[in-house]
Amino acid sequence: MKVLVAVKRVIDYNVKVRVRADNSNVDLANVKMSINPFCEIAVEESVRLKESGAATEVVVVSIGPKAVQEQIRSALAAGADRGIWVETDDTELSGLAVARLLAQVVRDEQPGLVLLGKQAIDTDNNQTGQMLAALLDWPQATFASKLEVKGAEVEVTREIDGGLQTLALTLPAVVTADLRLNTPRYIKLPDIMKAKRKPLATTSPAALAVGPGTGVKLLGVTPPTERRGGIKVESVAALVDCLKNQAQVL
Amino acid sequence: MSERESMQFDVVIVGAGPAGLACACRLAQLAQEQGREPSVCVVEKGSEVGAHILSGAIIESRALDELFPDWQQRGAPLSTRVTREEMHLLRSAGSAWKVPHALLPRAMHNHDGYIVSVGNLCRWLATQAEALGVEIFPGFAAAQVLFGEQGEVKGIATGDMGIAADGSHKDSFTPGMDLLARYTVFAEGCRGQLGKTLYARFGLDAQADTQHYGIGLKELWDVPPPRHVEGLVVHGTGWPLAGDTGGGFFLYHLENHQIAVGLVVDLNYRNPWISPYDDFQRMKHHPLLAQYLQGGKRVAYGARALTKGGFNALPTMHFPGGFLVGCNAGTLNSAKLKGVHTGMKSGMLAAEEIAAALGQGDQGGQDLSGFAERFRASWVYDELQSSRTFAPALHKLGPLLGGALFALDQTVFRGRLPIALHDKTPDCARLRPARECEPIAYPKPDGVLSFDKLSSVFLSNTSHEEDQPCHLHLADPSLPLGRNLAEYAEPAQRYCPAGVYEIVGEGSAQRFQINAANCVHCKTCDIKDPAQNITWVAPEGGGGPNYPNM
Repeated sequence: MKVLVAVKRVIDYNVKVRVRADNSNVDLANVKMSINPFCEIAVEESVRLKESGAATEVVVVSIGPKAVQEQIRSALAAGADRGIWVETDDTELSGLAVARLLAQVVRDEQPGLVLLGKQAIDTDNNQTGQMLAALLDWPQATFASKLEVKGAEVEVTREIDGGLQTLALTLPAVVTADLRLNTPRYIKLPDIMKAKRKPLATTSPAALAVGPGTGVKLLGVTPPTERRGGIKVESVAALVDCLKNQAQVL
Repeated sequence: MSERESMQFDVVIVGAGPAGLACACRLAQLAQEQGREPSVCVVEKGSEVGAHILSGAIIESRALDELFPDWQQRGAPLSTRVTREEMHLLRSAGSAWKVPHALLPRAMHNHDGYIVSVGNLCRWLATQAEALGVEIFPGFAAAQVLFGEQGEVKGIATGDMGIAADGSHKDSFTPGMDLLARYTVFAEGCRGQLGKTLYARFGLDAQADTQHYGIGLKELWDVPPPRHVEGLVVHGTGWPLAGDTGGGFFLYHLENHQIAVGLVVDLNYRNPWISPYDDFQRMKHHPLLAQYLQGGKRVAYGARALTKGGFNALPTMHFPGGFLVGCNAGTLNSAKLKGVHTGMKSGMLAAEEIAAALGQGDQGGQDLSGFAERFRASWVYDELQSSRTFAPALHKLGPLLGGALFALDQTVFRGRLPIALHDKTPDCARLRPARECEPIAYPKPDGVLSFDKLSSVFLSNTSHEEDQPCHLHLADPSLPLGRNLAEYAEPAQRYCPAGVYEIVGEGSAQRFQINAANCVHCKTCDIKDPAQNITWVAPEGGGGPNYPNM
């Protein structure tokens, strides 16, 4: 079975996100970028499926400008077999646009299972996996914390409010990875070198015959209001007064 | 666990800074000229190239001109020319004296310099190196030097990953690798962890004066356009550094309405109550600096130690199987306040020496002492030699008299002052007992121009895997409380720019706490601890600050 895994290039989770002075967007100039951590978990799971024999090939796909090749290469270093880069200069693709592009890649590649991160840590949309499943009319399981391929089905344990839910999906299916699905491995130096020689195909929205525009456009970004420092008060009466009149919470 | 894996290269370079990357680029260029496949590997402990790079910085393009004459077409990030420069002597918290340009020694003229982010320069150099066929591995720390049977350096071992704080192996444990090389180039920067062991093993500094250091603290500010003069360079010294404490500040107007502001404090300071961090914070309130920062927003913070010993402190830079280059050897020209061009050139010279040997079929492990000749014949040597009076003059005579002597040496004697000045007391041995010194009452940060340490560390994007062994080793865990606290009021609490060291608790419950996760990898503790009890070693690869544009 072939597994297709999608990865997104996002601002690194260690970087303190800063909004541009003109509020047009988040400032990404020379900040560290990485694979979205949930996508990284999806890559790790697909490599484990291959190592366990449940999968025969792992194909990694990413969409964006040339720089996303870095993230494809890291996924290849983690153990994926080959990459597909959907080249576009648009870095503000909506979840629907990404899902449409991925759907076309899936139709071309015919994988038995598509793995994605449950959401990207930059825009936190949590939409792409769901939309992709709908566009393909495939069964889906989101927020996976455990995954087991059993013949023509995949058994997925989902993290839901207040507990766990276990589903069996008929393959082919779409699964999105949650935090506890696995802990990604450390990548080894020789694997990084090998990854440079693994095949990486390039395609484009035009070649995939997917048109631009999904009716969503980014108007602006505003940082949260800064928290003011605390003050010390002399007495309980003063505290009550502050809570009532200044903070207006009483 | 099976034997550690290994890989063989012609050259392994430790550290993707300007010196290491210039060395890598030059090696690859020369391999191409000789018709060989470049086999060059660079390991870098930062999570990406540039993540651990922090510098002022004004750079001279001299080394870059030699390495890539067409750097402009290649898009090197040198876009801000110095358009105007000022030097000030801060006399107090409110007053300053502007030094007439004519009085400045030639070495301090910057009109042909560029204001750059050295982090971004390194990011660019890395893309050039990779295009030339160099393998660069960020996120991998060189943890150990590997020696051959004859005692020659034969490579390095990268650190193990996935070790828990108690030393046990986590599920994710991945052993490090041996990276074997015919020649290994150590370009770790100031006070490199492996370089330090090589100095001791090969006696590299036996003929040199003691190395001296400074700690540089830097912030990046977005400022409102009216206060911003692209290309303006403001340097100065004096307040808030008191008496015999050397150092100086910089304030550079970069592109995009950004200002880089910083303070360098010489680590030979004597008063253990000095806190370079707090001096930096209060310095920004001086009207000369505040006029530019007012109404702006601080966007980045970081700190790094630098070498200041100059010519007299230069060690032997070659040894069997390897080289020390850049600040790992101490090639910074402190009179010019610049080290990028000299560091790069030292790396390029090592590359030329290695390529010449490999081209003749050298199998490696030799002591390529021809490097010394190559270095002596280069402009780096001339430049450092002609500035050799600067650091010792300032150390011995203070900024005013020392500066005047240096100016005399530069303008009248053209760098050939017939008196040799030496400063042989190591920085760690300079502290006076705390009881003999006046404690310094630093003002509280106002949250507008000045900030507390923890909110600053937050802006350095520092992160370390939490569950790993402490990377700051104490040879004797009893010394911080037993001796340093009593004698020097434990200066680590104050010289550390990231709040790593703390004395917590009272009386018998008092203890010395190391918040290793805060560490910005500046190496000041390794240098300044009066007991020389702290050894800085690289934590798990990828840990540390993530500086953007620094």
